[in-house]
Amino acid sequence: MTDLSNKGIFGEFTKGFWKENPILVMLLGMCPTLAVTTSAIKGLTMGLAVLFVLTCSSLIVSIVRNIIPKQVRIPTFIVIIATFVTMVDLFLKAFLLDLSKALGPFIPLIVVNCIILGRAEAFASRNRVILSLLDAVGVSLGFTVTLILLGGIREILGMGTFFGHVVFGPRFDQWVIMLLPPGAFITLGFMLGAKNIIDRKFEEKRKS
Amino acid sequence: MEVFLIFISAVLVNNFVLSYFLGICPFLGVSGKIESATSMGFAVTFVLTLSSAITWLINNYILIAFKVPFLEYVSFIIVIAALVQFVEMFIRKMSKTLYDTLGIYLPLITTNCAILGLALFGALRKYGFIENIVFGIGAGIGFTLALVIMAGIREELDLADVPQPLKGAAITLILAGLLALAFMGFAGLISA
Repeated sequence: MTDLSNKGIFGEFTKGFWKENPILVMLLGMCPTLAVTTSAIKGLTMGLAVLFVLTCSSLIVSIVRNIIPKQVRIPTFIVIIATFVTMVDLFLKAFLLDLSKALGPFIPLIVVNCIILGRAEAFASRNRVILSLLDAVGVSLGFTVTLILLGGIREILGMGTFFGHVVFGPRFDQWVIMLLPPGAFITLGFMLGAKNIIDRKFEEKRKS
Repeated sequence: MEVFLIFISAVLVNNFVLSYFLGICPFLGVSGKIESATSMGFAVTFVLTLSSAITWLINNYILIAFKVPFLEYVSFIIVIAALVQFVEMFIRKMSKTLYDTLGIYLPLITTNCAILGLALFGALRKYGFIENIVFGIGAGIGFTLALVIMAGIREELDLADVPQPLKGAAITLILAGLLALAFMGFAGLISA
């Protein structure tokens, strides 16, 4: 059980943004993070897809948590998650075909995204419905914001645009490497470094 | 010739880890030591080869034959989870030494996106049976290659003077970026 008096309901919601950010701190869900963030809009779509899947599966897992026998809980979680992922995939194919094509197999790969299984196992299967929902929404919003940031940096440097709007003039020399796989690894590496620096600054401030 | 191209493409040009970003979690988690990287690589290659055959059969003889392709993800993930469990039991019975070497890496393979990714790519590209298995073996060897190279670099990294904020995961990601840059050089091997 989580310590309520310590964090409070609001704490469950906000921890996903910074202190327990799924990407920057827990290093979960790296595959979609690196693969789809060639532009901010793709990052946003991926984040929203994860938001839907994580929220719905946390809700269901939390409701049925006392009925599932311990031995078969992981397969049950995976089947629940896979069902919602199929729904998102069909939705994207029906209404946003271009984005669905651009994201390719990374929408179905949400099934094995460790963030979702991790939250189901570590949180939703042990907590009340309302807390699980807050936790799920908080964590996936933290995920989404990080994806937009990473996608934004890569889009701005790689194409000179942000959400399709031109940021730099036509004279801007595009850094094509940012759109290719090495750019993803290196940008995320430096984002982790930046987070460490900011954390240390806060630590020093608190001490003095 | 076609089959050979698929193999080379999966190992070097479109390396699963460095250009498709599949299997990043074990790539970051298990690349600390060359020994464990090799074990993990073998375990993944083994499961990839088996699952490429089985998911192909399921996709072509059940999902397409009965016109239920929307069950693709659910059925693939169940098959993979069952397969990993089965492989684990099989190895434990057959060879105790191999089982001890692979250890905890075996159950972890279920959530390795390379396995599900391979099944999805195989279905998407409509490979034949033999081609799909070769694709699976190639992907496994490519994964092992990237993992072992990374482990080799990280063992040397212990002696390097890394800036404080970049220590740990950050420098590993930057290294992976440089490695991906090097692998991009293989792109010329295959045209189109």
